[in-house]
Amino acid sequence: MLFKAFLIKYGEIGIKGKNRYLFEDALVRQIGFALKEVEGAFSISKEQGRIYIEADGEYDYEETIAALKRVFGIVGICPMIQIEDKGFENLAEEVVNYIKQIYPENQLTFKVHARRARKNFPMDSMTINKELGDRILKAFPMMRVDVHQPELNIYVEIRKQIHIYSETIPGCKGMPIGTNGKGMLLLSGGIDSPVAGWMVAKRGVEIEATYFHAPPYTSERAKQKVIDLATLVARYAGPIKLHIVNFTDIQLYIYDQCPHEELTIIMRRYMMRIAERIAVESGALGLITGESIGQVASQTMQSLFATNEVCTMPVFRPVIGFDKLEIVDLALKIQTYETSIQPFEDCCTIFVAKHPVTKPNLKLIKRSEEKLVEKIDEMIETAISTREIVICK
Amino acid sequence: MIAYLDNSATTKVLDSVQEIMVKTMVSDYGNPSSMHKKGVEAENYIKEARNCLAKVLKVEGKEIVFTSGGTEANNLALIGTAMANQRAGKHIITSCIEHPSITNGMNYLEKEGFEVTYLSVDKNGLINLEELKEAVRKDTILVSIMYVNNEIGAVEPIEEIAAIIKKKNPNVLFHVDAIQAFGKYRIYPKRMGIDLLSVSGHKIHGPKGSGFLYICSGVKIHPILFGGGQQNGIRSGTENVPAIAGLGKAAEEIYQNFETKIAYFYTLKAHFIEGIKKIEGTQIHGLTNQDSAPHIVSVGFLGIRSEVLLHALEEKGIFVSAGSACASNKTAVSATLKGIKVEQNYLDSTIRFSFSIFTTEEEIEYCLLTLQKTLEQLRRYTRKK
Repeated sequence: MLFKAFLIKYGEIGIKGKNRYLFEDALVRQIGFALKEVEGAFSISKEQGRIYIEADGEYDYEETIAALKRVFGIVGICPMIQIEDKGFENLAEEVVNYIKQIYPENQLTFKVHARRARKNFPMDSMTINKELGDRILKAFPMMRVDVHQPELNIYVEIRKQIHIYSETIPGCKGMPIGTNGKGMLLLSGGIDSPVAGWMVAKRGVEIEATYFHAPPYTSERAKQKVIDLATLVARYAGPIKLHIVNFTDIQLYIYDQCPHEELTIIMRRYMMRIAERIAVESGALGLITGESIGQVASQTMQSLFATNEVCTMPVFRPVIGFDKLEIVDLALKIQTYETSIQPFEDCCTIFVAKHPVTKPNLKLIKRSEEKLVEKIDEMIETAISTREIVICK
Repeated sequence: MIAYLDNSATTKVLDSVQEIMVKTMVSDYGNPSSMHKKGVEAENYIKEARNCLAKVLKVEGKEIVFTSGGTEANNLALIGTAMANQRAGKHIITSCIEHPSITNGMNYLEKEGFEVTYLSVDKNGLINLEELKEAVRKDTILVSIMYVNNEIGAVEPIEEIAAIIKKKNPNVLFHVDAIQAFGKYRIYPKRMGIDLLSVSGHKIHGPKGSGFLYICSGVKIHPILFGGGQQNGIRSGTENVPAIAGLGKAAEEIYQNFETKIAYFYTLKAHFIEGIKKIEGTQIHGLTNQDSAPHIVSVGFLGIRSEVLLHALEEKGIFVSAGSACASNKTAVSATLKGIKVEQNYLDSTIRFSFSIFTTEEEIEYCLLTLQKTLEQLRRYTRKK
């Protein structure tokens, strides 16, 4: 592999004021995590508003790019070559060589972008552009200069060493994990919640997740599926602490005491309450759900209003305005879809009413919940204290 | 307490099987095709296993072809004989309650231009011999019938079937899927009129990935795997020596004290069935007497989703199989349960219990008690109308 180093471009975080170093440090840290899984050894450095990755010896290029494409905060990945400064003649030779190797067809229109960051280089940027352009034209008579819409942009940066690059592979943008606090994701086995978690993580939020397990109505495999999903999201979001709450007793208690058509709404209200309690304990500052308006009975505006009412924490619903197909597209992109559609989800359909309320009346719901006073607090305590914790990474 | 009652899915490996397998991996690890001493050592394990199986079945050692298990044995029998005999005809007969390794093989052959007749079964899972007689034609080349049904333990009248087929058309080959029967019945292919017989190792306390197809000498068959020509070219690929050695050992052991073992199985089964009959809302599929297999009992539980009951039993350390997965998940409804026309309200609610020589009376008792309690709890929460 010709490329032994990468220049990492980060857009948004570059403009943060005094906090900038915090963002950069977080990005360096996240890149480090991501590259741990890659074959090869790397050093990552921060230098004058740039992040560089250098491979120490042999490494897997494809794997490296794939891993970097999963790091939030990266706008672009530029594979580059680094050469020692041995004067302009040598530089020109290297650039010609570079084009020969990377663009063997060499019939492109091009433009040279020189940048002299180290001011003791004898030529200024404009001169380097002109002179290098001249050399390239001489070496490749088929190439033409086009300063407006070149097919090929050749960047030459004069730093301690000289960097040459011409390609920018798009990154997944967003902000580095760990720069924006923590959120608690309500993770089911479905398509939507992993996408919701991914979207919030993209803004730099560290993710923890809560899953409600209802054995024997849901199986060990259903639980494993959720762990697998959390692990897939963790490829972007970093290790995810998954709280697995046994919800069976609460579910059966509600089923016993409350009107059947209100079961789903009341259940969701208790899920939110429990998730919020765990969130507070974990230091999370918001809940995240995969709800989308009107998708199912429990996601109508009225239902969302009714479930939201039990929380004091903000509830983030990043896919709220998405159609199912739009969510599916994202799930495919982040590769959670295949796992989400595995079939062993709910044998708890016996709990789902044939005609659940779609416009729950909060007053009625609250009245129904009063029937649970006797035992519910204790059951919630038990559910929280007996929860299982799995670190998914 | 742990009660593993899923022995038709797979069984625990015997200590003696494990020992011999370790030996073939750790010390006698040669390739049986190698010309040197190491190769001969390895080959001896295969000879030994072959002899064991030949003795048990009263056939020639060279009539045993080792495979990767039951599925491959069934596939080889089906596709191998169909391909080799298609000039004589393209008609095949089977039943509607066969294992997927037969049914899906048949589907493939149908796409390749073969015609397949599927025999119906009665409520006990037995094929109709008159229907069979009618179905055999001049251009019939193969009949494939399972010995013991894997879901409800129905036992097909193999000898009668063989007689009927051969009487009508002596050229028809008779294949028997004996994967659930081997080790539970004494099977002598030559005396029973069986031309091909499939067996799997892991149902008889042998290793997974082991099995064989008995092919009566003179039967025309084409290989379905091509390679170095091992096992007379019928099944190429370096022999899986550990699996073969384990299979041989398991077969040898399973037929020792055979009558005592089978009597024990039927005692367990009778005990279990007696207990089940005392539980309300249950239905046992198929026969319950000694005309049914000694180790399988299939029970429908009214109003209970089989998956839910399975997981509830699992919580109590009892491991069983669901007869048919959630119909709501669109996973295929069991062909056997459909074949014997189980009522709709039992279709989603069937559990298979299957025993082994390691199953104890205590386990059966524990399972019955747990069922009693669990059903009571689960039935409190059935779907509200």
